Amino acid sequence: MLEASALRAANHRVEEAPAPLPAAERNPLVVRGLVFETPRQRIIDGVDLELPDNRLTVLMGPNGAGKSVLLRLLHGLLTPSAGTILWNGKPPDGRTRRSQAMVFQAPVLLRRSVLSNLRFALGLRGLGCSRREMLSLLGMLGLEPLADRPARLLSGGEQQRLCLARALALRPEVLLLDEPCANLDPASVLMIEEALMKARAAGTKIILVTHDLFQARRVAERIVFLHRGRIAEISPAESFFDTAGSPEARSYMEGRILV
Amino acid sequence: MQDFGAAFGLAFHLLAGMDAELVEIVGLSLRVTFAAVFVSCAIGLPLGALLAVSRFPGRQVLVVLFNTLMGLPPVVVGLLVYMMLSNAGPLGVLRLLYTPSAMIIAQAILVTPIIIALSRQVIEDLNNEYSEQFRSLVVPFPRAIAALLWDARFTLVTVALAGFGRAVAEVGAVIIVGGNINHVTRVMTTAIALETSKGDLALALALGLVLLIIALGVNIAAQLLKSTARRRAYA
Repeated sequence: MLEASALRAANHRVEEAPAPLPAAERNPLVVRGLVFETPRQRIIDGVDLELPDNRLTVLMGPNGAGKSVLLRLLHGLLTPSAGTILWNGKPPDGRTRRSQAMVFQAPVLLRRSVLSNLRFALGLRGLGCSRREMLSLLGMLGLEPLADRPARLLSGGEQQRLCLARALALRPEVLLLDEPCANLDPASVLMIEEALMKARAAGTKIILVTHDLFQARRVAERIVFLHRGRIAEISPAESFFDTAGSPEARSYMEGRILV
Repeated sequence: MQDFGAAFGLAFHLLAGMDAELVEIVGLSLRVTFAAVFVSCAIGLPLGALLAVSRFPGRQVLVVLFNTLMGLPPVVVGLLVYMMLSNAGPLGVLRLLYTPSAMIIAQAILVTPIIIALSRQVIEDLNNEYSEQFRSLVVPFPRAIAALLWDARFTLVTVALAGFGRAVAEVGAVIIVGGNINHVTRVMTTAIALETSKGDLALALALGLVLLIIALGVNIAAQLLKSTARRRAYA
């Protein structure tokens, strides 16, 4: 973060106009002392996290670890009880959310056609998109033949792919996904993962919540392992799967139940 | 029993022959009711949606109030509108008493709380489903209201039909503010009351049958809409 600031400052001195930040430096995330609690329970308990680059980050952990809540906090859908979240040095708000997109575990679609769902989201950002462009995006996720069908008539996998297509249509700088492949068939999972890889290659910062170890192995570049609302481990994916450092992560990968 | 059968026979005769008086009464009834429901929906649907989506102090009180007002006694509404529109009332200068407009006002007052309360419930359920996605997409408030109203359109039509059912069968308020004047403010329900008191059961029964047919039509329309919506996965 400091290095990036220094680099930016140096650039300002050398060039007349500030150069755009390389993709790898955009949207650094810094979380300090994050707490989220309800009257009955502390769900996020003092999380410190830095995601300075755009490596695809997977949030892992057992059920109830606080993964989904942490993702909602990062997106600004929940207000922290304590601590700070800074995207590019700013707390999450409406403006931040406009540069992000989130795919929820349960697909939420308007009672309209597949194309109308895309059109609604694009209209919010003032993004023009021809029917052909939208069909091309839908085609990437195997939805082109269903373009004029009512969205809520689609299967669960198709609905989730449509949610991802809608998120990608917004050309987000940050993409947050909350277990988007839960209960989906392998074909849908494959299409979603391929789309994620393309978005990642295009420079989108991706944070994916999953407790599917196989999926994490396939897509993750960095693992953040949560347990009981705390971060037990942050590791590059290769080293995490080879030699997880924390006893919680090792137990989890060995299939032992964590409580 | 014989009188009853004869009255039914006469009623069918009036209906089949499209009796001019009967047609006039039915026409005015439908005009007044449609106008009242239109006004109620224009006011009630946006208010219901606002109440469903907004959070402010006293909101729960308003919700309870509108739920309670669904059971407004028609004669009380009739009396209040009469007092407002009579020459001595604050709106007497408009000279609306004993006109179809007065009947529309009275019916709209009765129907609007029904539209607000039912649409609030429908929109609130839909908003519970959409709200997190809308916040994620940063949907502006007016756009969210419009999207909710549009997506709930099939269910909201059944809400409007419920209001229509209440208005078309209403007698207490319209007889007070309309006066049941022949060729001016006589509608089906007031005519039924009058003809029954006069002993002319044939016309009363004919009008009653028309009312039943309309109620049946409204229910069939509501069912068709529901099944269409379900078939198209919009329900």
